[in-house]
Amino acid sequence: MAETRKVALTVNGQGYEKEVEVRYTLADFLRHGLGLTGTHLGCEHGVCGACTILIDGRSARSCLTLAVQADGRQITTVEGIAPSPDQLHPLQQAFRDHHGLQCGFCTPGMLTTLLEFLRDNPDPTEAEVRVAISGNLCRCTGYQGIVAAALDAAKRMRETKTAP
Amino acid sequence: MKPPPFSYHNPKTIPEALALLGRLDNAKLLAGGQSLMPMLNMRFVLPDHVIDLNQVDGLSYIREAGEEIEIGGMTRQRDIEFSDLIRKKCPLMHEAILQVGHRQTRNRGTLGGSLCHLDPSAELVTVAAALDATVLVDGRNGRREVAFADFPRSYMASAVEPDEILSAVRFPVWPDSHGYAFVEFARRHGDFAIVSAAALLEEDGAGKILRTSVTIGGVAAAPVRLPAVETGLKGAKASPELFREACEAYRKIDALEDVHAPKSYRQHLAAVLSRRALEAAHARAQQRPARH
Repeated sequence: MAETRKVALTVNGQGYEKEVEVRYTLADFLRHGLGLTGTHLGCEHGVCGACTILIDGRSARSCLTLAVQADGRQITTVEGIAPSPDQLHPLQQAFRDHHGLQCGFCTPGMLTTLLEFLRDNPDPTEAEVRVAISGNLCRCTGYQGIVAAALDAAKRMRETKTAP
Repeated sequence: MKPPPFSYHNPKTIPEALALLGRLDNAKLLAGGQSLMPMLNMRFVLPDHVIDLNQVDGLSYIREAGEEIEIGGMTRQRDIEFSDLIRKKCPLMHEAILQVGHRQTRNRGTLGGSLCHLDPSAELVTVAAALDATVLVDGRNGRREVAFADFPRSYMASAVEPDEILSAVRFPVWPDSHGYAFVEFARRHGDFAIVSAAALLEEDGAGKILRTSVTIGGVAAAPVRLPAVETGLKGAKASPELFREACEAYRKIDALEDVHAPKSYRQHLAAVLSRRALEAAHARAQQRPARH
């Protein structure tokens, strides 16, 4: 019988208590244990960035984190970015407006990464945005739309004084 | 692409972690997980026990210790990146850490994990060699100090024994006026360098070299320093010609060869990047306030 542990964590503001196999990655736990399939798994070895989530506000690859390590932590996934079910976050809206996604596979990782980045740096240069998403692979957009969306989102949030 | 079954342990203190290491067979220490987790996912490693150091107290800090800076083994690379103390006293490390992986991996990855993993191309390994760091290793019989020159034992194998833990690293501080540069060549931003070069330079007001350290990463199992070149530069007046001539020595390193680059290309990069690093370090030494 595989070894399990009980974990208690908060995901997108909601508390969960679950028994989890200790070898389970946080990504698999979010997807299979909690049904939050917005977090995508591309490479499963820390290269593609699609599985990026926030742990206590810091971006991390959920395929390189064990679910047991999330015990007691606050997790934010792509499902937790929008302020309400019928309203997009300014960053999401900017992705929509600037063709920041096509197939959408990299999008959850792009959004979570940029959310943390824009908190650290609300007024970035284009070069800084490109470095910030250097750990996220996109095979559709050529990154142009994503960079434009990030810069526009930063501008909109500064103008409306919205916290990322 | 899922980790194999293992038993998980999360000690809260170093003695507790050491006791587990002493008692358990085939155990792996889990630091930031940015190398071990991919290796588990790909089943390159099959440990019976994973001992997670993330809850061990007192392993994450950056502080001044006399003339040196001491950094705890579990200090995140991000904390080094944003440390004012590192930026001021150890600017070589600041410049290097910006080239370590990506934002997401630096948020988790640790100093101790990177050094113990000992990838030949890892930036922090090259920095530790460049600065003549001292590694503090805890074991059942207490703490021992390992000079970084003696830290790499062979390819991706360090002097930390299976029942020991790297608890901290001390980095000597160079005078405020020193020049520094960390340059690397990688296929993509954030990749491991194919070759990297770290240069430190102390000059007098007239551009005479008082002391230098030149380290090449990615060319061999451990970072390469050539004492003859460093001694040769001492006392000379810094100039592009001097650096160009001196750096030809790095072309003769018996370099690694792999799928990323043949030996001859690594040797070429070693000569070019060491020269660029010295030139950049010299330019900075000229700009920074003189010592006296």
